[in-house]
Amino acid sequence: MLNYIWAGMLLIGIIYALFTGNMEAVSNACLEYAESAVTLCITMAGAMALWVGLMEIAGQAGLIDKFTGKLQPFISYLFPDVPEQHPARGYIATNLVANILGLGWACTPAGLKAMEELAKLEEERGMAGYETAGRRKNGNRAASDAMCAFLILNISSLQLIPVNMIAYRSKYGSLNPSGIILPAILATCCSTIAGIIYIKMRYGRKNGC
Amino acid sequence: MLMRLSVIIIPALIFYIVLNGVLNKVDVYDAFVKGAMDGLKTVVTVLPTLVGLMIAVGVLRASGFLSMLGALFGGITERAGIGAEFVPLVFIKMFSSSAATGLVLDIFEEYGPDSRTGLLTSIMMSCTETCFYTMSVYYMAARVKKTRWTLPGALLATGVGIAASVVLTEMML
Repeated sequence: MLNYIWAGMLLIGIIYALFTGNMEAVSNACLEYAESAVTLCITMAGAMALWVGLMEIAGQAGLIDKFTGKLQPFISYLFPDVPEQHPARGYIATNLVANILGLGWACTPAGLKAMEELAKLEEERGMAGYETAGRRKNGNRAASDAMCAFLILNISSLQLIPVNMIAYRSKYGSLNPSGIILPAILATCCSTIAGIIYIKMRYGRKNGC
Repeated sequence: MLMRLSVIIIPALIFYIVLNGVLNKVDVYDAFVKGAMDGLKTVVTVLPTLVGLMIAVGVLRASGFLSMLGALFGGITERAGIGAEFVPLVFIKMFSSSAATGLVLDIFEEYGPDSRTGLLTSIMMSCTETCFYTMSVYYMAARVKKTRWTLPGALLATGVGIAASVVLTEMML
């Protein structure tokens, strides 16, 4: 799936540029965007080291257990096949809470760790494609139900207070910059509820790809 | 008030975690360094993914394909009183958050943040995520090839969010 999306973006872009004469812009964009990906990673590296470092302290101090304990029923509801003591739960909980609070710098690190842990879980279960993790090329690793659910939740947008939008609105002279908070919360609830209903329909069904 | 609150969150969180670590007799500095190493390893894993993805987004944007899509749908939305820039924004938001922010500021400049288009933009940006970007980064980091039912679910949630934004905007006017 991702192979096709990625290839499609590149091929369509290049063919379209051929007809519109934007080839020079495309040529520049390749290098420019490759560079900005590295810049982004360097920026992210700081946040990532800070956050995962803090999480390690929090984990050893027993804070994460305490904290995920409260979210346990919710996580059990959405991820019924992730065992109670599995480390993936801590990262999923952290990612979701960081998302809801709009702490962008904390979401991605926790999200990436959650995906790593969910992949390990599949490896422990001996799912096809996961057994040679990190050593050989994994031909056909398929997402687990938990991964699908986790990503849909993330993409359904969980952030309650759109802090950035409020800031941009006031910068451009809005009379009521924070007037969008309530509608934004309602819209976010709609998209998240739709996501959860879909997750509940598909979770645990073996068919479908 | 909200802005001030978000300034406090990070220091407060660090304070709370380190204090709890010390109280629980954790070797806080050793733990931090171990975790930081772990975090950096994850960044290195993601870097190639990110480079690949950003190039694809860059090519698609620079070719003018995204603006063409926008112009194609813009005519339809303009009749509904929504600025032509709104549709390309929806597409771009699925790929790149920073590119979308640039467009949002253009829209605010041209129509004003309290106009119909401005309000719709504000709400839509608040309730959608960078669908393809998130999927690519997370799945490539876990080296997953088959995404199974992620995309339909993600697009459904995004679509419902956009529909809700349109309805809520009308209710606010």
